[in-house]
Amino acid sequence: MRSRLLPVAVAALALLAAACTAGTENRPAAPQAGSTPDRTPVTITMWHGFSADSEIKAFDDALAGFRAAHPWITVKTTKAIQDDQIIQSVRGGNPPDVALSFTTDNVATFCKTGLFQDLKPYLAASGVDEAIFPKVVAEYTQYEGKRCVMPMLADAYGLYYNKKLMDGAQPPKTLSELAELAKKLTVRDEDGNIEVAGFVPSTQMYENAPIHTGVMVGAKWINPDGTSAIGADPAWKQLMNWQKDLVGWFGHEKLEKFRKSLGDEWSADNPFMKGKVAMAVDGEWRNAMIAHDAPGLDYGTAPLPVADDKPQLYGAGFIAGTVIGIPRGAEHPDAAWQLVKYLTTDTDALVTLSNALRNVPSTLPALKSPKLKKDPNFQTFLDIFANPASSTLPAHLNSVFNQQTLSDAQIKWESGRAADLDELLAEVDTTINEKLKLTAGG
Amino acid sequence: MATTALGRRGGAAPARLRGRNRGGLTALLFLSPWLIGFSVFFAYPLLATVYFSFHRYDLFTLEWVGLLNYRYLLRDEAAWTAIRNTLWLVVVMVPLRVAFGLGVAQLVTRLKAGTGFFRTIFYLPSLVPLVAGTLGFVFLLNPGTGPVPAILSGLGLPSPDWFGDPSWAKPGLTLLALWSVGDLMVIFLAALLDVPKQLYEAAALDGAGPWQQFFLVTLPVIRPVVMFAAVTGVIQTLQYFTQAMVASRVASGATDSAGTVFVPGYPDGSTLTFPEWLFHQGFRDFAMGYACVLALILFAVSMVFTLILLRQFRGLTEEEA
Repeated sequence: MRSRLLPVAVAALALLAAACTAGTENRPAAPQAGSTPDRTPVTITMWHGFSADSEIKAFDDALAGFRAAHPWITVKTTKAIQDDQIIQSVRGGNPPDVALSFTTDNVATFCKTGLFQDLKPYLAASGVDEAIFPKVVAEYTQYEGKRCVMPMLADAYGLYYNKKLMDGAQPPKTLSELAELAKKLTVRDEDGNIEVAGFVPSTQMYENAPIHTGVMVGAKWINPDGTSAIGADPAWKQLMNWQKDLVGWFGHEKLEKFRKSLGDEWSADNPFMKGKVAMAVDGEWRNAMIAHDAPGLDYGTAPLPVADDKPQLYGAGFIAGTVIGIPRGAEHPDAAWQLVKYLTTDTDALVTLSNALRNVPSTLPALKSPKLKKDPNFQTFLDIFANPASSTLPAHLNSVFNQQTLSDAQIKWESGRAADLDELLAEVDTTINEKLKLTAGG
Repeated sequence: MATTALGRRGGAAPARLRGRNRGGLTALLFLSPWLIGFSVFFAYPLLATVYFSFHRYDLFTLEWVGLLNYRYLLRDEAAWTAIRNTLWLVVVMVPLRVAFGLGVAQLVTRLKAGTGFFRTIFYLPSLVPLVAGTLGFVFLLNPGTGPVPAILSGLGLPSPDWFGDPSWAKPGLTLLALWSVGDLMVIFLAALLDVPKQLYEAAALDGAGPWQQFFLVTLPVIRPVVMFAAVTGVIQTLQYFTQAMVASRVASGATDSAGTVFVPGYPDGSTLTFPEWLFHQGFRDFAMGYACVLALILFAVSMVFTLILLRQFRGLTEEEA
């Protein structure tokens, strides 16, 4: 009996080990330049994160153009997908042919692990001219020489200001002007409680994350070897001291009480739309939300104010966006590439999506398309996207951890719970560098 | 003769063994659901966790790194913060929950009227889903819009920024735990109702007051139940995750949207618990090898308390015997 049980047990263990293996390698041969695509009817699956009816309709409208141009490819879409689900599907050996991610935070992991396939052979074979993308896009779509995702729409960040509350004042161009105007526009009650804030400088305020505000001082995140550049870059100290001074003017406790009384960022109760905040850092998508939820709001947009001693930064902003790629083990990678190429390089597709979702189209030709709906407030973000000085958070294995570590330090500093900024930022460096050794070696 | 005898024994033995084998096989067959479950859901994951703890494992690629993950633990400040926070919860929250649960059960047993009503009222909060309960609690205590700070302020009393102040965040979570003490109250209630009434009558005749009756009669009789509540409370608190995660996320105002960053343990790591840090390491940062080290530590500590619990039960069984 033992002799019979042994092979069964070994087979069962082998089966278990196979089941627990992380996905399967199914790398197709790299397509050849100039080759005609295979036109055998095929059905491909695509997972995306859109969930609102308007978003799904916009996406279907964009796909209609693809279906017309590629009648032999049927696309089956699945909505409301998060990165976790994509990762599990690849581990389980049953991934979709095309997957879309709303965040660029995981791009380094996607590329390093091969979770998404390297698209460089496809780009070369298709003759796609990469000059159609602003240079900054390459930084968040590739890692260590692998381009494993393509950009499909982009987000740019700027300053929104309420014209009525500004009372004729022009949008600030420097941090000093922003602080001065923030103080001037702030309204308090007799107990000193804030009723309307000119600007909320707290790190935890909605889109004030350091990836967005760091651009205002031209701050650097990482060195070329992936280690932290934060402690050694005086720009971070400049930003954090500016934030702390302004928080101090409001009074940390008063400002926190005000911040915690504000409505949900993503609802019609957003304080900028409610007139509770005169100026706010936000993405281009806020235009569509204002049009939908606060159509009567008289507002304007401008590039983010910059450090007084770095006027050359004015006009640039933070850029990131939605990315799309072909997961490892995709059943129909060639047809999948046709869809990825269409959604990321076809001007009409990007313009259709941009007009409906009010995100920035991610190619330079699409920015110039006459079909692109433009108004002065949206144009600000198109200009920020096209500005060669605009920057992003380069793909990094510990992207979220690094942001979390710096944010934590910022919160401590602005609240007055840390005494020495140099020491605090040195700790940030140590924490980030130690984690890099853990996840990447070196 | 000897050969014959040996031959007989040799001939008889296989028949008995066959019978034993059949019996063993049947037993194995009946045990197989448990054996399969144990192997697949406990033994294999445990062995895999040990194996992965010596590797750099990002869910896709494995690289042997020896003791790197263990050495990193010594330098990981956040992990030690999480350990300190979890210990704080074990030392403060568990005894308070046991004391509060017992106190409420005592009160409810002594009620002359409305017993069912009050039992229900005190038990109901423990039925509220953890996320919903925590959300409600954070909003109640929110310094900007919450009714509790508004009432305190109306009375001229100061109100802390409960989940925004590092010194008040864990006490805030403790209050939440006391609010949902209904599960313990029900257990204590059953135990208290089981204490023989004649013991109290005898104690009263001997002149024992209420406190003496409690310490000399009630507590010794329900000691095993108190011990059970304490040890299971410690094991549950070692796995404390949802309330801390939800409270810090809501208080910080961080959403899950791209571009915003949630700082676990907000504010200043004061609500960061060990399982939460483990989760972030494994499933957010893809440092699964290191997450396995944290999981093994959590397993070892939980195992110690489980053994204490088992020992208590064994002691109880022996006492009863």
